[in-house]
Amino acid sequence: MSASLTTTGGVAAFASDAGRAAAPRAVTRRARPVRRVAEALVLVAALWIAWTLVTNEFFHWDVVGRYLFDGLILSGLRLTLLLTVICMAVGCVFGLVLAVMQLSSSPVIRRAAGGYVWFFRATPVLVQLVFWFNLAAIFPDIAIGIPFGGPKFLSVDANVLVTPFFAAVAGLGLHEAAYMAEIIRGGLNSVDRGQSEAATSLGFGRLRMLWRIVLPQAMSSIIPTTGNQVISMLKYTSLASVVALQELLSSAQTIYSRTFEVIPLLLVAAIWYLVMTSILSLVQRRIERHYARGAAR
Amino acid sequence: MTARFTDTPPSFLVEAKGLRKSFGALEVLKGIDLTVAPGEVVCIVGASGSGKSTFLRCINDLEKFDAGELTVDGEPVGCELRNGRLHELSPAAAAARRARIGMVFQHFNLFPHMTVLENIIEAPVQVLRRRKADSIALAMALLERVGMHERRDAYPSQLSGGQKQRVAIARALAMEPRLMLFDEPTSALDPELVGEVLAVMADLAESGMTMVIVTHQILYARDIAHKMIYMDGGRVIEQGTPAELIQNPGNERTKTFMANVMRTH
Repeated sequence: MSASLTTTGGVAAFASDAGRAAAPRAVTRRARPVRRVAEALVLVAALWIAWTLVTNEFFHWDVVGRYLFDGLILSGLRLTLLLTVICMAVGCVFGLVLAVMQLSSSPVIRRAAGGYVWFFRATPVLVQLVFWFNLAAIFPDIAIGIPFGGPKFLSVDANVLVTPFFAAVAGLGLHEAAYMAEIIRGGLNSVDRGQSEAATSLGFGRLRMLWRIVLPQAMSSIIPTTGNQVISMLKYTSLASVVALQELLSSAQTIYSRTFEVIPLLLVAAIWYLVMTSILSLVQRRIERHYARGAAR
Repeated sequence: MTARFTDTPPSFLVEAKGLRKSFGALEVLKGIDLTVAPGEVVCIVGASGSGKSTFLRCINDLEKFDAGELTVDGEPVGCELRNGRLHELSPAAAAARRARIGMVFQHFNLFPHMTVLENIIEAPVQVLRRRKADSIALAMALLERVGMHERRDAYPSQLSGGQKQRVAIARALAMEPRLMLFDEPTSALDPELVGEVLAVMADLAESGMTMVIVTHQILYARDIAHKMIYMDGGRVIEQGTPAELIQNPGNERTKTFMANVMRTH
């Protein structure tokens, strides 16, 4: 089709002095009927959504506006953010330890980490959350001491220790650790073996090699996935409403159980989740760019 | 075979006796006897799979061997002698030993997330705990020596293969090693880039550095090596001066190998 366009004139233009730019090729673009129809359909759908959002009065945008910056909503938002940060921190630290354990040459340590990952990925996080909340039912008091019936040095009533916040952090954080372990392990494995050989031959110990050489390179594959995990975590924190923690969703629930304005308050929560995930996506892109330095460009 | 070298000095930097190593059922080193004297440049040649790279990696304790003896600087590799028995070194002690041996790899293995300068000062600062300013001064001197001082702020991905290898040599030298090991340093390079790396290595040899080089560059080995080793099937088949091995090989297999290699040059 376009063969006739590469005439000798075009070749001559390219071969001529660099000072004289070749004229742009005059090509009549092909009509793309299927694409035009698809684009039209998408536009119609978008217009309808916009129209219904504005005209359907059951959304009660005035109520949404009234509660968007409500004190209870904002304190729920703060708790959601705090919970996300703490649970991800727990997940990353434990995940890194588990990932390194899975790369150990000791089969005992490898299997232990593998078993942890298997268990915490294979049970629903909601179940784990409720389990931690009811920990006192199996361990009435939690003590530091010698196991198997030895002396105890410090003993705490489990009902005092296991607050809703503790249950949420334990449930979400330990579940996250299993996922982070797999993500970090994949990242560490993606680093060329020559890198650790070079570091070893330069006299690096294993920990310093992990920290200075292998982990920074693994980051370029760990960061994007971890960003997704943070965004998932932000939304998973809404599960903490079942253990009576006043995070964003349960704050909205508290209000609508009193006022019966269910949809507007769910919209309030949804808007805040959207804002937070959008900000997180931007931050994620920034960090990705930082760890991509030195990559082929 | 080794009888020819009874006149070399008795104190060796590297000494291997009956070194054996297997990967599973495959025995790749079938009793290697070899010595490297201080200041000596030894080139190991041989076909792929002859065990020469594995032997080199044993010297640096990157690979464990199964039987025989191997000492570097009079110390058994990866072990220490206590009460007449060999004890495995602690990880820290093993790392400290490796830090005194420089190694240059076929695929360079520069750290891609660091600039040229950062690559070179990384180990002196992190491992030897040198002051950063001192390490930078040393790094710049080394970069000048390998002709890469103008690219100090480049990332490895922005360098050609030959440039990468020259930086890798500078990185190894920054640890002030007593011994430099080269594992096929020019095999991954485009032919026109081989010369610049070999020139840096020749300069290093001239300065009196002890070097063990696994290479396919026979003609180059002839020019800089004091001793040439021909390995095949996990054994040292023949060793001598490069001239002896290339022009007057005593062994049938060496003769065939040299004839083949010289034809392709």
